[in-house]
Amino acid sequence: MKVALFATCLVDTMVPQVARATAALLERLGHEVVVPPGQSCCGQMHVNTGYRREAVPIVANHVRAFAGAEAIVAPSGSCVASIHHQQAAVARRAGEHGLADEAAALAGRTYELSQFLVDVLDVTDVGAYYPHRVTYHPTCHSLRLLRVGDRPLQLLRAVRGLDLVELPAADQCCGFGGTFAVKNAETSTAMLTDKMANVLSTHAEVCTAGDASCLMHIGGGLSRLRSGTRTVHLAEILASTEEAVSPDQSTRPAVSA
Amino acid sequence: MTGVFLGLPTAPRGVGHLRGDRSFPDAARDSLRDGQLRANLGHATATIRGKRAAVVGEVPDWAELREAGRAIKAATMARLDDHLVALEEQVTARGGTVHWARDANEANEIVTRLVQATGADEVVKVKSMATQEIGLNEALEAAGIAAHETDLAELIVQLGEDKPSHILVPAIHKNRAEIREIFLRTMPGVDPGLTDEPRKLAMAARAHLRERFLRARVAISGVNFAVAETGTLSVVESEGNGRMCLTLPQTLITVMGIEKVVPTFRDLEVFLQLLPRSSTGERMNPYTSLWTGVTPGDGPQEFHLVLVDNGRTAVLADDAGRSALHCIRCSACLNVCPVYERAGGHAYGSVYPGPIGAVLSPQLTGVEDNASLPYASSLCGACYDVCPVAIDIPSILVHLRGEHVEAQSRTTPEAVAFRALSTAMSNPRLWRLAQRAAGLGRFLARGRPTLPAVLPPPASKWTRTRDLPTPPKETFTQAWAREHGS
Amino acid sequence: MSAREEVLARIRTALGEDRAVVPEIVRDYRTTDERTHAQLLDVLTDRLEDYKATVLRCSPSEVAPTVRAALGTAMGEHSPADVVLAPGLPADWRPDGSVEDDGRPAVALADYAATVTGVSVAIAETGTLVLDGSPLCGRRALSLLPDCLVCVVEADQVVGGVPEGLARVDPTAPLTMISGPSATSDIELQRVEGVHGPRTLIVVLVH
Ligand code: SF4
Repeated sequence: MKVALFATCLVDTMVPQVARATAALLERLGHEVVVPPGQSCCGQMHVNTGYRREAVPIVANHVRAFAGAEAIVAPSGSCVASIHHQQAAVARRAGEHGLADEAAALAGRTYELSQFLVDVLDVTDVGAYYPHRVTYHPTCHSLRLLRVGDRPLQLLRAVRGLDLVELPAADQCCGFGGTFAVKNAETSTAMLTDKMANVLSTHAEVCTAGDASCLMHIGGGLSRLRSGTRTVHLAEILASTEEAVSPDQSTRPAVSA
Repeated sequence: MTGVFLGLPTAPRGVGHLRGDRSFPDAARDSLRDGQLRANLGHATATIRGKRAAVVGEVPDWAELREAGRAIKAATMARLDDHLVALEEQVTARGGTVHWARDANEANEIVTRLVQATGADEVVKVKSMATQEIGLNEALEAAGIAAHETDLAELIVQLGEDKPSHILVPAIHKNRAEIREIFLRTMPGVDPGLTDEPRKLAMAARAHLRERFLRARVAISGVNFAVAETGTLSVVESEGNGRMCLTLPQTLITVMGIEKVVPTFRDLEVFLQLLPRSSTGERMNPYTSLWTGVTPGDGPQEFHLVLVDNGRTAVLADDAGRSALHCIRCSACLNVCPVYERAGGHAYGSVYPGPIGAVLSPQLTGVEDNASLPYASSLCGACYDVCPVAIDIPSILVHLRGEHVEAQSRTTPEAVAFRALSTAMSNPRLWRLAQRAAGLGRFLARGRPTLPAVLPPPASKWTRTRDLPTPPKETFTQAWAREHGS
Repeated sequence: MSAREEVLARIRTALGEDRAVVPEIVRDYRTTDERTHAQLLDVLTDRLEDYKATVLRCSPSEVAPTVRAALGTAMGEHSPADVVLAPGLPADWRPDGSVEDDGRPAVALADYAATVTGVSVAIAETGTLVLDGSPLCGRRALSLLPDCLVCVVEADQVVGGVPEGLARVDPTAPLTMISGPSATSDIELQRVEGVHGPRTLIVVLVH
């Protein structure tokens, strides 16, 4: 299958290794990966901060960039959720019904990575090897908007060498919440503190998730604590194999401890 | 379409308790520092979350009930005028008197006048969000009428000269030791040996209020559901204080927000299943009272129903936010909210805290009077999941953020930034330049994997507690294009 | 414009000229019960006991002695004159010497220690007794003020769920739904029994 990779603005700019790992994984599974060069952002941050009008041209850019793509995959539950639940609505509110229809059609072909692997490609064992103790944080938008359920856990359980430990109070929000992390920094930090305590209680080396944004928040906190536990995106784990532990697609954390 | 454009009035300023005097982040900062408060809230909400999950989990048709609840509320709102007129007709036909109030001031005046007409200088009250919202106790007090709260938690708040912090358990922020201290300090004739055992505390409240119930001539209540078709009103409670108020006094005055009406008696079969399991996590609450007008020889012989708008019609006019009026005040959304659990109810500055408060308060007052509340959420969605009438609170929060942004007449620095970013993100060439500029941030790191902790605002809001990764030399899309030659 | 007219006019403005159709309400939740009657009695018992109510079962001919025994357990030594009865309580349910509610001022009922009433319907799944103000159930204050409440429930009054229960009552009667003794969860959200209403609830289940 020809898969168009939507890196998302955050991954593309700040943690490119996550997108690289996604591409490597999909290619390893025998699929052709294309990266439409016009891509930027899904518009979620604008919508969620109240700039829904300003989000419309961003949505239009996204639709232009991915026009004609057969399947679109992004390593982010929250961006995919925004594509599914917000893009068409903000366009429609702005009176751009043509754009809304196109966005809705594109959303129908857009998948979060774990859903794409399990539901579309029908694989749970992606042939990965990752000899570390790992705990999984189900990010809120993957959990409640996309309902990815236990798909990421199915994928992780099939990774050779990986010791999966359950995260206590896993379904509690980590406190990222986009601009919430800045507008309500104290409350966000209080939530993060509890999340980190739960992560650290597992004695995992690595905390993983399907959203680079939440991981940047959790990882940034863990790094500040010099805790030694690091955050690694699910795609990076699934891309790792015995042979291919390259510097780009590796067991290295997004934020090193 | 929004209420503002239709000119429908929001709840007036200067009366009632819908507005705080500080923004949410400022108020939350204080409560976050209060370790006792956080421990009390964490303990209480964890308890109730577990109970709710257990009793909801045992109902095989919960999803069907929830959908029916949602649909009944939506259907009610679609014909709210007709249902209110029907309700008025039924209540009047059965011996009650119906009053209409445009806002809090008018409702307070009506109730004060009705109490004065009885000659009473005190009333007993059943816990009611509507009367708290309109500031009825203060209005009565100004008229020389003492209002005695009779719900245990309300009593704790009233005796402690505190403010409610939860819609179901207003004293949730107090633990048993603190409650004991309040009782010892404020209850006349209380046993000095009172322990902090919850049962003993409840007994102390029983003794304190017993005589007040028996001498009361006027009671004031709210209402959970009012049935248009039959004129039946209902109060759902646990302690029996509600029954005391609804049964013993000669006069009963019920204050009700206009959204509390439901079309048919049959609709109660849905809500009386949804509400108790969602609120106290019980299969059924101990007492539900249902009454219609006046029954000779049984209960109050004079009954008044006061229907209050106070901004509700403005909410109704906004079809993207209207469903906030569907709320049955179960408080499940508060109990699962990670922001509420940490910041506490007082931080919201309104009688309606938590997720539903973060939408309803700004909707009732107009967004600009509660502008920080729609942002008081990480949009985690736990509230929507548990809401028994499926109110999509996160979407309404996002909608209200949009309303707030669009209500600004002056350009804020944030708006400048978001507009610039929008321009860049909708133009691939500009976006690459912007990304490259962001990449320059890596020089601040001097080769380390993270940026320095001391960055200027607004980045400092992030870096005070979290490291930021050092931006890479090259973005993914750049590298890919280079390697794949496009 | 009166407040009434103004509020109604605001609603009409809010809803707009051409109103949306009223959404359909699908009632595909459970409105009947497949469990046998014996099972429902067990469920009712289980739920009531979960609320810390006492359930005593007896045959139709043993109601009065069972009620007497219940009162004895709840109150120990007591005078039958401390027990007040709903006026419509059948003669063969009445413990000897107790008095019928004579319509005295409601607050005077607080002088009694216990009440015996019947019910209008009982809902098994939620452990709920519905009293409807009829002579069998008595006026509302009767089941409220005395500290011990004994309710006699006949087997054919027991239904499965809330929809079946509400379908059996008159919506305009003064209804009280009772699920266990009075309780509160206001202290640390922990349920404790016994606040303003009766602290003891005993259900005599006749079958
Ligand atoms: S919004 Fe929903 S969950 Fe929250 S209090 Fe209202 S009904 Fe309950």
